[in-house]
Amino acid sequence: MIPDDRLYTAQHEWLKVEDGKAVLGITDFAQQELGDVVFVELPAPGQEFAAGSEIGAIESVKAVAEIYTPVAGSIEAVNDGLEDAPEVVNEDPYGEGWLVCLRLAGEGPPDDLMTAAAYEAQLAS
Amino acid sequence: MARVLRTVLYRRHVESGARFGPFAGYEMPIQYQGVLAEHRAVRERAGMFDVSHMGEIRVWGPRALSLLQGLTPNDVGALAPGRAHYSALLTERGTFIDDLLVYCLDPEDYLLVVNAASRERDLELLQRAAAAEDGGVRVDDRSDETALIAVQGPRAAEIVADVVGAEAAELRYYSFLRDHPAEDQAQRLVSRTGYTGEDGFEIYTPPERAEDLWAELLERGRDVGLMPAGLGARDTLRLEAGMMLCGQDIDEETTPLEAGLSWIVKWKKGDFVGREALVRQRERGCRHRLVGFEVEGRGIARHGHRLTVRNAPDCTGPVTSGAFAPTLGRAIGIARVDCGGGPPPPGSAASVTVRGREIDCRIVKLPFYRRPKAGV
Repeated sequence: MIPDDRLYTAQHEWLKVEDGKAVLGITDFAQQELGDVVFVELPAPGQEFAAGSEIGAIESVKAVAEIYTPVAGSIEAVNDGLEDAPEVVNEDPYGEGWLVCLRLAGEGPPDDLMTAAAYEAQLAS
Repeated sequence: MARVLRTVLYRRHVESGARFGPFAGYEMPIQYQGVLAEHRAVRERAGMFDVSHMGEIRVWGPRALSLLQGLTPNDVGALAPGRAHYSALLTERGTFIDDLLVYCLDPEDYLLVVNAASRERDLELLQRAAAAEDGGVRVDDRSDETALIAVQGPRAAEIVADVVGAEAAELRYYSFLRDHPAEDQAQRLVSRTGYTGEDGFEIYTPPERAEDLWAELLERGRDVGLMPAGLGARDTLRLEAGMMLCGQDIDEETTPLEAGLSWIVKWKKGDFVGREALVRQRERGCRHRLVGFEVEGRGIARHGHRLTVRNAPDCTGPVTSGAFAPTLGRAIGIARVDCGGGPPPPGSAASVTVRGREIDCRIVKLPFYRRPKAGV
């Protein structure tokens, strides 16, 4: 069920790297843990971030979760649709519920990201 | 580490797909389908909550009335049998130890319904006061012999009428029935009370009857769209209704006058713990106030953020409750602001700082939500 076309962080985010760009989102497990998402705060396009920095937040009715980028880069695009329909993060976390697209500053994703199989193993443990 | 408690309905919650979280020492259902769906069910149809973690303390005997009159600010003497009211246990400084409901079973027999987190402390306080009464009053902790199910929402009455008895639907707000004649031997109490801002009932039942009762209510409620609802929805519902959460909005640093709850203080009934301090505060004015606010900008104010009234920088303080309000479609909150110059009037512009960003807010009158009057 966990898409194997992308990489995962221990903080339940996914990263899909293609052509020097990376699309970032949260996993199905993360959206379930959060519950109904009611507000998503995203950075402005063009903003630059170091790897590991906080770039925004996802607010559910009951909790808030910060969004971190595991890679350095500048914001190429953000998912504007989430402004009016934040629930899409719950409904389609691996697809329409993506958060931001970054233009990678470095070579590629860091080595500590997990494959789908490794992430699944983390969830199971 | 203290042992985590479960209510007798734990298995029922698992069957209904609950997600659990810790609350006041209990592992409680936080949500089943989702907070938004459960919140909507209560506003539009009906929702059902397990609140068996609440404490029930029986205070009875010839001196029970005078003991409670001396310990709580509301007028227990004005309660007829079959009636209940909202009240509190206060410190000598007039601040909240706990908020509670007092049920008058008869003029020498009362049931106090208290918050789980303060149950031990309340009990100790009541027992100490009772010891000074020379056997004229007894205090019994009934919490472990009492399960509590709340059925709330515009369709609650028909569900409760069918399951508990038609008389329940005739109850006035803050009235209750006991030992329902249509039922078997089980001791049960049904009151028209709640913590959601909707019409609703709270059903106190012996634990051994609780699982069946839960199942019967769920079954009867199915065709009107009743949903089991968790503490997540309970919190957003009570906040929209402008109801205070003890230990969060009101605590030992807050008096009823500061919380907008002066209606529970009956000045003419005689002395009670905290009265002197409250009289002084009434004369000198409050230094803090709990105020409601709506978020106008994009974002959600949460517990611990800071609210500041514009044009009155001294009028500032922590957000005590903050959440997205599903019925209103925007974020709301309660803040405890300093107000040497008087409370900020409704409509005042304010701001709250969230993750380093200032978000526009507006002071509003509580409650945020008032249920539409029944079309009867």
